[in-house]
Formats: sequence, C-alpha cells, structure tokens
Amino acid sequence: MNFTMPNLLPAYPEIFLLIMVSVILVLDLFLPQALRYVTYALTQLTLLGCAVLTLDVAVLTQGDVTYTFNHMFVADMMGHALKLGAYIAVFTTLVYSRAYLGARGMWKGEFFALVLFALMGMLVMISANHFLTLYLGLELLSLSLYALVALDRDSARATEAAMKYFVLGALASGLLLYGMSMIYGATGSLNISEVAHTLANGHPDKVVLTFGLVFLVSGMAFKLGVVPFHMWIPDVYDGAPTAITLIIGSAPKLAAFAMAMRLLVMGLLDLAVDWQQMLVILAVLSMAVGNLAAIAQTNIKRMLAYSTISHMGFMLLGLLAGVVNGNWLNAADAYSAAMFYVVVYVLTTLGTFGMILLLSRAGFEAENLDDFKGLNARNPWYAFLMLLLMFSLAGVPPTVGFYAKLSVLQPLLAAGMTWLAVVAVMFSLIGAFYYLRIVKLMYFDEPIDTAPIEPSLDMSVLISINGLAVLALGIMPQSLMALCYFSIKAL
Amino acid sequence: MNPTPWLSLSIWIPILFGAVVLAFSDRHAALVRWIALIGSLLGLAVTLPLYTGFDTQTSAMQFVELSPWIPRFNINYHLGVDGISLLFVLLNSFITVLVVLAGWESITKRVAQYMAAFLIMSGVLNGVFSSLDAMLFYVFFEASLIPMYLIIGVWGGPNRVYAAVKFFLYTLFGSLLMLVALLYLFDKSGGSFAILDWHKLPLAMTPQILLFVAFFFAFAVKVPMWPVHTWLPDAHVEAPTGGSAVLAAILLKLGAYGFIRFSLPILPDASHALSGFMITLSLIAVVYIGLVALVQTDMKKLIAYSSIAHMGFVTLGFFIFNAYGMEGALVQMVSHGFVSAAMFLCVGVMYDRMHSRQIADYGGVVNTMPKFASLMMLFAMANCGLPATSGFVGEFMVIMGALKHSFWIGFLAATTLIFGAAYTLWMYKRVIFGAVANDHVAKLKDIGAREFLVLALLAIAVLGMGLYPLPFTEVMHASVNGLLQHLAVSKL
Repeated sequence: MNFTMPNLLPAYPEIFLLIMVSVILVLDLFLPQALRYVTYALTQLTLLGCAVLTLDVAVLTQGDVTYTFNHMFVADMMGHALKLGAYIAVFTTLVYSRAYLGARGMWKGEFFALVLFALMGMLVMISANHFLTLYLGLELLSLSLYALVALDRDSARATEAAMKYFVLGALASGLLLYGMSMIYGATGSLNISEVAHTLANGHPDKVVLTFGLVFLVSGMAFKLGVVPFHMWIPDVYDGAPTAITLIIGSAPKLAAFAMAMRLLVMGLLDLAVDWQQMLVILAVLSMAVGNLAAIAQTNIKRMLAYSTISHMGFMLLGLLAGVVNGNWLNAADAYSAAMFYVVVYVLTTLGTFGMILLLSRAGFEAENLDDFKGLNARNPWYAFLMLLLMFSLAGVPPTVGFYAKLSVLQPLLAAGMTWLAVVAVMFSLIGAFYYLRIVKLMYFDEPIDTAPIEPSLDMSVLISINGLAVLALGIMPQSLMALCYFSIKAL
Repeated sequence: MNPTPWLSLSIWIPILFGAVVLAFSDRHAALVRWIALIGSLLGLAVTLPLYTGFDTQTSAMQFVELSPWIPRFNINYHLGVDGISLLFVLLNSFITVLVVLAGWESITKRVAQYMAAFLIMSGVLNGVFSSLDAMLFYVFFEASLIPMYLIIGVWGGPNRVYAAVKFFLYTLFGSLLMLVALLYLFDKSGGSFAILDWHKLPLAMTPQILLFVAFFFAFAVKVPMWPVHTWLPDAHVEAPTGGSAVLAAILLKLGAYGFIRFSLPILPDASHALSGFMITLSLIAVVYIGLVALVQTDMKKLIAYSSIAHMGFVTLGFFIFNAYGMEGALVQMVSHGFVSAAMFLCVGVMYDRMHSRQIADYGGVVNTMPKFASLMMLFAMANCGLPATSGFVGEFMVIMGALKHSFWIGFLAATTLIFGAAYTLWMYKRVIFGAVANDHVAKLKDIGAREFLVLALLAIAVLGMGLYPLPFTEVMHASVNGLLQHLAVSKL
C-alpha cells in the first residue's frame, strides 16, 4: 500500500494547538493553584502562536485555496480570517474571565484545556471540506462547551443548563448527521467539493436531496440558534457562568458561520433556491421572536440571549441574498456582508459580556438589568463604553453595528427583496427599544449598587480597546469590510 | 495647495472640543464651561468664511470636499454647501454658542457631559447640512439622535425617560425606512450614494411614490408634520432649556432640509403628484395645531405646538412649487430657528427662577423683570409674525406664494396670523402683564448680564432679519431658482 505524507502546512495552526493543549494539560497537573497563571500565560501564548502560524500559512499559500488530507481539509482566506477572529475572541474572553472565574473557584487547569479544545473544534469546523471533518470539529466544540457550562459543578442552575444544552445539542447533531447521510445517499460523496460538483453536473435524486437539505438546515439552525431551533439559547446563556456564556456567545458564532458557508454555499449552492427560502423563514422568525422576547426580559443575560437570536436571524439575511434567479453576481457581496455582520457581532458581544463580567465581583453576579442603573454616576468611562456597545447592537451610526446592518441590507435590496429589508429594519426598530433601555438605566437612573468598580489593568485596557473599536470601526469601517470581501471573493 | 476645509472644520472642531470636555470631571465645572464656550465660538468662527466666501451667483455646491471613505460601498466623505444649506450651518453654530451660555449656571449636574453633548451635536448637525453623500448624511442624521436622547434623558424634567425614548424611537422609525430608500437608490443608480447624481437619476412613477413615502416618514417625523408630531410636545416639555432650543431651532430643520435635498429634487414627479396631500397636512398643522396651541397651560408646550404650526408653513412653502413659497419657507426656517430658540430660552430664564412652566403660576412679571419683559415682547411679536421682525418675512412670502397657487390655500395659511397672534400674545399677556400674581413673582430678579447677552444677540438677529432680509435671501436665490427649474422637469 502506498502511503504519501499529506501536506501538513495548511494545518499547522491546528497541529500546534493540539500539541500545546496536551502540554498544558499535563503541565497543569503539576502546578499548584498559586502558579495557575503559568497555565494562563501558556494558553495566551498558544493563541499568539496559532495566530502567527495562521498568518504564516496565509503567506506561504499566498492566500490560495489549498486542500490537504485527501481534500478533507481546506485552507483559504475565509478560513484564515475567521481563525484569526476566533483567536482574538478567545484571547479577549480569557482576559475578561480571569477575575470572574478566580473569584468563583473555577480558575482551574480544566478550564484552559476545555477552552483550547473548543477552539480546536472551531478551527477544524472552519477548515472542513468534508462532512465528516465538519462533524468532527462541531462535536469537539460542542462537547467542550457542554463541559464548560457544567464547570461550576455545585451550581444546580449551571448543571441544568448543561443538561439542556447537551440533550438539545445532541439532537441537533443527530439531525445534521442524518441530513449529511441523505446527501451522501443522493450524491455518493461526503466531500463538500465533490458534492458541489455532482450537484452541478450529475442528476441526483431531488427528493432525497431536499429531504437531506431540510435536516441539514435544521441542524445548522440549531447550532446558530435561530428560531424555531432557539430554545436552548436563553437557558444556556442564563444558566452558564457569565464567563462561559461569553465563550459560547462569541467565537463559536464565527465557526457556525463557517459551517453555514461550507455546507450551504460551497456544497449546496445549486440548491440555493431551496435553502434560501428556508432561511427566509428562519430569519424573519428569529428577528421577530428574538426582538419581541428580549423586551420582556429583566435578566440581562437572557436579554442578550434573545438579542443573539435576532442578530443571527439578521445575519441569515446576508446568506440568503446571494443567488438571485440562478445568478451569482450578488454572491460575494451578500456572503461577505454576512461575514462582516458576524465578525462585528462577535466584537460587540465580547464587549457587552465583558462589561457584565466587569460589574460582577466575588459573591455578586451583575445579571439583572437593574445592576446597570446609574453606571454613569459610578463610572462614566465604562458607561460610555457600554453606550457605544449598545448603540452598536441597535445599529445606530456612527458605531460599527450600523455598517453591519447596512452591508447586509444592501445585497438584500440588490436581490430585489425589498419587503424583507423593510421587515428587517422594522424589527431593528423594536430591537432598539431594549438596547436603549440599558442606556436609559445607565444614564437616567440613580445607582442602586454603589460598590466601586475596580477591574484589573489588563481587563480595563482591553475592554476600553474593545469599546472604542466599535466606534473606530464605525468611523473607518473600510478595512474590515474589505477584509471580509476579499476573504469571500477568494473562495 | 488645497483650500482650507472650512466645512470639515465646522464639523470637527465642535466634536473635538466635545471630546476634550468629556475628559474633565465635574470638579472642574468652571473650566469646562470656558472650554465649551471657546469651542463653540471657534466653531462659529470657522463658519464665517463660508458666508464671506460664498458665491451668490451660482446654484452649484461650494466649498466641496471629496475623498473616499468606504470604497467598498462607494461611500465618500463628500461635503459642500449651496444657498440652501449654508444658512443652517451658520444658524446651528450660532445657536450652539447661545446654548452653551444659556446652560452656564442653570446646569450644575454633570456639566462636562452636558456641554460635550451639545458640542458634539453641533458638529454632527453641521455634518448633516453639508453632506453630499447620502450615507454620510444618514450617519450624521442618526448620530444626532444619541446626544439629544441623552440631553433629554439626563437633564430633563420629571417625565424625561418617556419623552427621550419616544423621541428616539419615533425618529428611528422614520430614518430606518429612509435607509431602505437610500439603499434602493444606491442599487438603481448603479452603486452611487452621491446625492447630486441621484438628482439626475430617472425613476418611474411607482418607485418614486414608494420612495417618497419612505422619505416622508423620515422627514415628516422630524419636521414634525401632523399627525406624526406627537413626540415633539413631550420632548420639548421634558428637555432642558438648551435642549429645547436646539431641538426647535435646528433638529426640526433637518426634516424640512431633507425634503428639499432628497424628496423634491430626487422625486419631482411624486412630489408634484402628492403635493395636494402634503399641502393638506401642512394646512392642518397651521390651523389645527394653532388652535391646539391656544389651549395649552404649559408655556413650553405652547411654544412646541407653535413650532409645529410654523413648520407647517415651511412644508406648505415647499409644496406649492414657486419661488415665493420656496424662499419664504427657507427664510421661515431660519427665522424660526432664532425665534423658537429665543422663546425657549425666555421660558428657561423664568423656569430657572420659579421652577414652573405653568402659565397660571405667573402674572405681572413685567413689574419685577422689566428688561426681560421687553426682550420677550420682541420675540413674542416675532413669533406671531409682526412686520419688521424676522417672523414676518417668511410668513408673508409663503402666503404670497400660496395665494398665487390658490386663493383658499393662501387664505387658510393666512389664518396663522390670527391664531399665532392669539396664542402668543395671550400667553404673553397672562405671564408678563397684570398685577404681580404671587410672592414668588414678586421676588423675581431681572436677567443678569449673561442672560441679557444671549437674548440680545437673538434680538439683533430677529430684528436684523426682519428689517433687512437681503443678506439672507440673496444667498439662497440662485439655489432656489436652480431647484425650481430642476423640479419643473419630469423624470419619467
């Protein structure tokens, strides 16, 4: 039997990450709690190393689409960009979580290992060019996240959330697998490029295909958390420790976007007519349910959970505007808009949850809306940052959230779906109400909680950068937009 | 060498000063006030070359600045003014100085944030008036909501939260529809956000009507036109004095400006087709809202309703499509900027002393505050359109234009002279004249030098514009004629 060594270059970041996780896992066993910062530093260094390697791969492959491992793994510009985004998101998450987890006895070695394994899962998902690779990455990510949610094992709430997350997540994985098997049945391949090729040139069984597509889209919708597959989001966001919520709510969205791109756009673009219609329903329902339900929440984590649902719905608008009457002219615009939307969303979410972590302290969880009351009187700077983040989520210029909405709406109108654009902006209007309420609480009300806010220096600096980035990218959005466009164009 | 970018300076100097002021805490309140004043004066100073260097012979855009901003969507940082927008840049920068002065003593809570909000808003509003790129316009248009929302909500009256949220959501509703319209035009024009290109863009009737409706919601809410005016009385009553003044003097003008920059020239056929509808709404504002103003017991509410009635005149002037109406409407906009700001500042002067806006709580103020009473007299007269004040010029021109268009429209519009006089003078009489009503009024102190300065500056503007309106009208002549010629050509 002939064995040729696969080209390992495109997978350098993943390989490095795997080695480092193993090292950290073993090393941490020998570290006393007082030296835990070594683990922390190593984890952050690992992220840095991964980022360097990813850039390295991008340079060495000259940004070309490069396949390896029998075409199961792909390295392309979209992957590089999303991976870099994931590193930054995880890095930021770790900085924000440090004080919070430390005060709650969760600052342990397992945390780092699980986070890095979750990241590993994301990277594999982002680079998957095969249904099995994709599934493998997804499961690695999901299983790590289930465990992370239950990290605080004495908390009944967190355990319940973890159970819900696990049961529903497993169901979703099942749906996804079932869909994949159907498509395999129709096309005879699990390789995404080959599936696309067969769809374009062969005559696969349309019924089986559509059947499979429905399951595929459902499974994906579960992972993205769009209505009607959104039930787990509020409970998990609320039940998990806030730092873990931040992990769930940030970087995995990038991976989920990559999954949608790989499956729907790169694999099943010929079925676009079918899945675009499904996405229309998912998007409209998500924006409706997400925005309306968020109004009724008094818990900020639940509110942000519903806000996530609505944002993911909005993001789908970008994905569904790509192909018009079999014409792909709009595709790069639409998909890069969706990517831009996700990246912006992750950036803003990081800041928002970071702010919740900032207000929490030992023995106190800032999770009710009222905990934000009078923040301006307590600390004008953090109130200002939160103001920027809220207006960004609401999509009010000059924050970057506006351009995210703009870039998604533009291809939508170019695709002639004006009514959908009007629906979308009207739900944004409803959404603006509950973001405004946070601003109202911070600026117009008197504080209830008067404890001083004393974050560590690194957190304070990073959250300031995070908040100001929302404004700076709002004033100068070109670079990020161009990056997204370039990434998608290169596919 | 490039010419000095006066427009950019007029936008960014106030914003920069606002950001600087934000860095100070309330312990340095005195310093903050001075910095804010210097910032606003500088902001005004850099707008003066716009007037002196303005060429009144052309309707083309002047002081144009163009550089790419977001090439991905072909959005440019494109600024310029013509005879229509120039006056509002000047007005806005002028009012900002007064507002900073007016809040000098009465604002003691979070002074730095207060001053910063006004300075930043001033820059943003200059941006709205000088944007020639639709997306740049939209960004400024929306961004102006944030400071105003905070101004009403933080420094406002007892019901401020309700008023602030209502203000924000009403305006956002309109502008989101406008966003869709802008993107539609972007698509139709083959990927351009340049407003001037859109002026030349041929459009069929149905899209024109739909776009008109989208723009209508955005701008009618801002003007505000009946029946989407209900946010205004709430916002005015709850806002602090400076907020009310800027709201009435500048923010309301955004809506009217939007009509004249977007709806009319981009959609001339729809504008003609729907002019009957627009005229009807305008007349309802003039007549019905005039009557509503008559029965108000709260001074600020009364002035708020009078603003709506006056703005009805502006939209009326636009949609009768003749030079008198159009120029009259523009003059009316500027004049209303002075007069409404002055009226709100007058109420602010009394409110600072008595902490009441109810007409019933006053009476005989002239006995204790003679200087103030005489200044307010002038503004009240201007508010009801007395000849020799600025209020007269605009109203007279619009009525003339309306009479040319149709006798009955002119007739109904002219009733404002009666209603305006009735509600303004009646309020003035009840508040200022008569015997001293109670002990509080008896203890009133007349206005100090700072308040006198603020009101006197406005009085000069009001009288100057009334007696010699030429400097204002000659600036806008060429642009208005250009617009009317453009409007006469169908795009179908």
